[in-house]
Amino acid sequence: MKISLLFAAFATLSGAASAQTLTVYTYDSFVPDWGPGPAIEAAFEAECACDLVFVAAGDGAALLGRLQLEGQNTDADIVLGLDTSLIATARETGLFAPHTGVPDNLTLPIDWTDDTFLPFDWGYFAFVYDRTTVTLPPTSFTELLQSDYTLIIQDPRSSTPGLGLLMWVKHIYGDNATSVWQRLAPRIVTVTKGWSEAYGLFLEGEADFVLSYTTSPLYHQLAEQDDSKAAAIFSDGHYMQVEVAGILASTEQRDLADQFMAFISSPAFQREIPMSNWMYPVAQEGTNMPSAFADSLTGIEPLLFATDQVDSIREQALEEWRNALSQ
Amino acid sequence: MAQRAQPIITVLGISALGLILALILVPPITLLMVAKDGGLSPADWSAIRFTLLQATLSALISILLAIPVARALARRTFPGRGLLVALLGAPFLLPVIVAVIGLLIVWGRAGWISDLIGTPISIYGLGGVLLAHVFFNLPLVTRLLLQGWGQIPAEHFRLVSQLGFRPAQVFQHLEWPMLRSVLPGAFLLVFLLCTTSFAVALTLGGGPRATTIELAIYEAVRFSFDLSRAAILSLIQFAVCGVIAALSLLISLSTGFSNSNLISTSRWDARRRSQRTLDTISILLVTLFLLTPLLALVLRGLAGLGDLPPLGRAIMTSLMIALGSTAFTSLTALALAQWIDHMRAAKNQLAFLSEGVSLLTISTSPFVLGTGVFLLIRSVANPFDFALPVTALVNATVALPITLRVLLPALEQSRLTHGRLGESLSITGWTRFRLITWPTIRAPLGYAAGISAALSMGDLGVITLFAPPDMETLPLLMYRLMGSYQTQAAASVALILIVLTLALFWLFDRGGRLGHHT
Repeated sequence: MKISLLFAAFATLSGAASAQTLTVYTYDSFVPDWGPGPAIEAAFEAECACDLVFVAAGDGAALLGRLQLEGQNTDADIVLGLDTSLIATARETGLFAPHTGVPDNLTLPIDWTDDTFLPFDWGYFAFVYDRTTVTLPPTSFTELLQSDYTLIIQDPRSSTPGLGLLMWVKHIYGDNATSVWQRLAPRIVTVTKGWSEAYGLFLEGEADFVLSYTTSPLYHQLAEQDDSKAAAIFSDGHYMQVEVAGILASTEQRDLADQFMAFISSPAFQREIPMSNWMYPVAQEGTNMPSAFADSLTGIEPLLFATDQVDSIREQALEEWRNALSQ
Repeated sequence: MAQRAQPIITVLGISALGLILALILVPPITLLMVAKDGGLSPADWSAIRFTLLQATLSALISILLAIPVARALARRTFPGRGLLVALLGAPFLLPVIVAVIGLLIVWGRAGWISDLIGTPISIYGLGGVLLAHVFFNLPLVTRLLLQGWGQIPAEHFRLVSQLGFRPAQVFQHLEWPMLRSVLPGAFLLVFLLCTTSFAVALTLGGGPRATTIELAIYEAVRFSFDLSRAAILSLIQFAVCGVIAALSLLISLSTGFSNSNLISTSRWDARRRSQRTLDTISILLVTLFLLTPLLALVLRGLAGLGDLPPLGRAIMTSLMIALGSTAFTSLTALALAQWIDHMRAAKNQLAFLSEGVSLLTISTSPFVLGTGVFLLIRSVANPFDFALPVTALVNATVALPITLRVLLPALEQSRLTHGRLGESLSITGWTRFRLITWPTIRAPLGYAAGISAALSMGDLGVITLFAPPDMETLPLLMYRLMGSYQTQAAASVALILIVLTLALFWLFDRGGRLGHHT
């Protein structure tokens, strides 16, 4: 049975038969009560007179994999939660349709020109540590390599931070990436399937560092008044993650989809990002972003591969990673 | 006159056979069509190596540990021995994911053993996979060996003690020949079970260093959308299982479902102090090893029962899958078994089919079957919409050989005891089935259906490939809870799953025997 049919049935039963439904596939942590999903859903439904349905469809690559498996039969109108490392692969599937234009209020540190995907938040990957166990954190990636700290990372095949780390290593070390992974391998405590497993293990004290974001310590500071976590800032730069949304070409709700894509960069959407997705908004104006977020941006050199380069680099980097770690 | 029953039996039997053959053969053909040329990457080779390595080690360790335990059980009587032997049969019905959680609570980084020795130990990877496989297969091998020991005549033991043989000599002359005939079959059986055990690899393995072929298939489908690679890996897995199944044809494969010969023999050579100590230690250790995870699960699970997530939907989904697959298996097996029995009665050459079908089914990895069906459906519809029926169908296929094995002897018995009478009274067709066959087979059928339902209820395999995130079975829910580090909640769900699994088994088994007087 088609999920959309099910929803349509429910809509009819509840007397809202006239309202149209916009189905958005997103990653798992976007949907729950503590994620940004519910507030964004309420805000958009207030202005669209429609029913916005978020479907948790797996993280990162798994999200894209789900769309590919469903192909033209997918129920999704929009996917929200791919990132810059996956854009090229996503475009190649031919499942996506171009958007109607890049909004002019973006405050990203890079120019956004992609004609299919629009950014909804962004951040820098970083290794997060506990100040009480790591007193002299490395100040560059090379220093981390030379140390004997233990790490927890995510599987790049299933998780966008894991893939981001691959690109990060590739950006700094290029052809030497394999030897970097061989040096890291013995100190990697475990490779988790998703971000939350990795971060949970780190919080339980299973490793000195966990791959996460520069904004992760802000969560502990602002939401838990806990100052013990920090992100190691590397002088050789931090790889950027820009999370994006795109319209499925197979959608039958094109107008509604366009309306949602425009809504993404509006303050009503963006103001939910810092304190519930713990990322930076892509359009800062009107978001009341806490000053700690702005402060955390200083002194970081952004690294990012051009979208058209990413695909070939990703394939190679994945192969190097799998082979180095399966030894 | 009895010939009138034949057309129906033959038609039903051939339909069942066709259905099973289609179920088993169409997926690999689909895979062949999807697989494109392309070599295997070093990581794929590493997955193949890891699969063979862990299966070999699991089988070796299970066997090495089972020998002293089985010998101890074979020559000792002590209070609780019957209970322990029954406990050895329990892992067969225990859902894999439930055992994994129990093992994690005991052996995990924040577990009992870590607490005891003061440093956290990590069992993720090869260690954890071996631990879980030994947990499941040590009892199985022990029961197989116990039957082996039971088959050595007690007089032989009395004879060697009169001849004054030392334990080493007894081993050499009586026990070793028995082991030599039983162990190869046990090794292959455990090897095969470990090659196709997806849930253990998914939960305790993972990462590039501990990926099995089936896990690599799962990752290729769900993460990389590399269907060709998934197909190639599936064909490799198919070949690996086929080779093992063919090998097991050469030696008789005993499966340990039977309850015969599990008694103990009193032996003079066992009265030495060293032998007594050895046996005591073996029995204590194996009891501890098997009981602690279950105990841990109960303790942790009970504590969390108060604040469980809503389970109604997951329970309903699990029950639907279990009942659907049980109905399918029972009906198909019944149709097939009646036909085979009919041919046996007519001394038809085709009667060997039962062995062939069983073997073919056993050698097919359920996960590979699922992958094939997945790719097949994908070409016409959204495979995520078919998670329920496909899971039920694959589970049904897995349970088929067991059901056949239980049904065939019962049908044969029915034919031998009442067949002539039925013919002389000209009772045929449905009446014959209802009056003569059904009373004899309902108890075994109930037992087989119980096993089939229990296995399906606890399965965490194909469902991971198909299930959309908004769909849940109890094992899948447990896996997701483990993923977000809610061990307590997972343990509570595990308790509920165990209770439901055993209840299902009990209902079918009891239902089959209710008001039954033969």
